[in-house]
Amino acid sequence: MNDTMPAAPTWPDEIFRILRDFEVAQMAYVPDAGHARLIERAVTANEVRAVPLTTEEEGIALLAGAWLGGERGALLMQSSGVGNCINMLSLAKTCRFPLLMLVTMRGQWGESNPWQVPMGQITEDVLKLAGVLTFPVDSVDDVEETVLAAARMAYEGPAATAVLLSQRLIGAKSFGK
Amino acid sequence: MNTERAKDYPLRRREVVAALLRDRDEMLVVTGLGASSWDAAAAGDHPLTFPLWGAMGGTVSMALGLALAQPERRVLVITGDGDALMGANGLASVTVQNPANLSIVVLDNERYGETGMQPTHTAGTTDLAAMAAAVGFQTTGTVRDQGEFDAVLPAILRAPGPMLHAIKVRAEDLPLTLPPRDGAHLKDRFRAALLGPEAG
Ligand SMILES: Cc1ncc(C[n+]2csc(CCOP(=O)(O)OP(=O)(O)O)c2C)c(N)n1
Repeated sequence: MNDTMPAAPTWPDEIFRILRDFEVAQMAYVPDAGHARLIERAVTANEVRAVPLTTEEEGIALLAGAWLGGERGALLMQSSGVGNCINMLSLAKTCRFPLLMLVTMRGQWGESNPWQVPMGQITEDVLKLAGVLTFPVDSVDDVEETVLAAARMAYEGPAATAVLLSQRLIGAKSFGK
Repeated sequence: MNTERAKDYPLRRREVVAALLRDRDEMLVVTGLGASSWDAAAAGDHPLTFPLWGAMGGTVSMALGLALAQPERRVLVITGDGDALMGANGLASVTVQNPANLSIVVLDNERYGETGMQPTHTAGTTDLAAMAAAVGFQTTGTVRDQGEFDAVLPAILRAPGPMLHAIKVRAEDLPLTLPPRDGAHLKDRFRAALLGPEAG
């Protein structure tokens, strides 16, 4: 039995290490299954503060405030949550706050819940329209350098950035058969 | 909804905000879009005030991030009831973090003042202090006159939080006093004043 189970993915641990290297102090999130491991790392680590949100746009404002106070942050969400952020992204753009969003994609690749498809299909376009630099990543081998590239441009820009972790990379969730 | 009563509330928002900011010392201040930002500007522009001109619903969440990053400093939110209602679920996220240095003041004129004085839900039966208490704020209050305000002012500025006070202020249209509007400038000057010139 066990030898047929896929090994737990290690890319969330790579992301966590990069965030720590960049001295990210606040990790805000609305849960997604694809982010479960990274959220767990955030919640259990002493050196970062995990900030659970009720809705994703809180995180855009929260991390702007963190930066005002001298702390870096990262914001974890699934692609549907991007839709909740659109107007609040004007804060990052107008004030040139650094922003690093880590978005797990749904409605994109082998999706079995049609309700995820409308937002998943427009996620990257609406981010671009809102002035966010997008960094799609499709394969496990590219996660590390993509997050590194986005983090650099976020904190050293400053710029608003989003890494889009594809459904192909995460593995599509199946409902029933 | 009762659209008459707020016209007669005795507290005046400009005086309330002037009193909140009079001895501000090292306090960090975030103000919500519209009249709250104008009130703070009327009390005197300051680099450690971040006046929002947009991002409606984000004031409390922004102040939470700031309060967590600067636990030794008092962080004061001054915002309107419309902004507080739009960002109301952010109040629940505040209580999860429970920052002792965060104090929220809502200038509750029961109106969307900036857009033509349309009534907000607090002109009906919505009670912002009760909402805050329901999501877990230990310290909340509704302030209705000068005596109540004078009594609670020291706590708003210094007592351990997080706390939220809804101050019932008169629904009135006041002359505009505008703070700087370039967001990048507001951010850079705030960081320079707080973290040192190289942080700007
Ligand atoms: C997302 C969004 N919706 C609507 C508006 C329009 N708007 C600007 S100010 C404002 C009213 C703010 O009301 P309140 O926070 O109660 O402040 P007041 O001016 O009454 O003190 C509204 C609705 C906006 N700027 N953003």
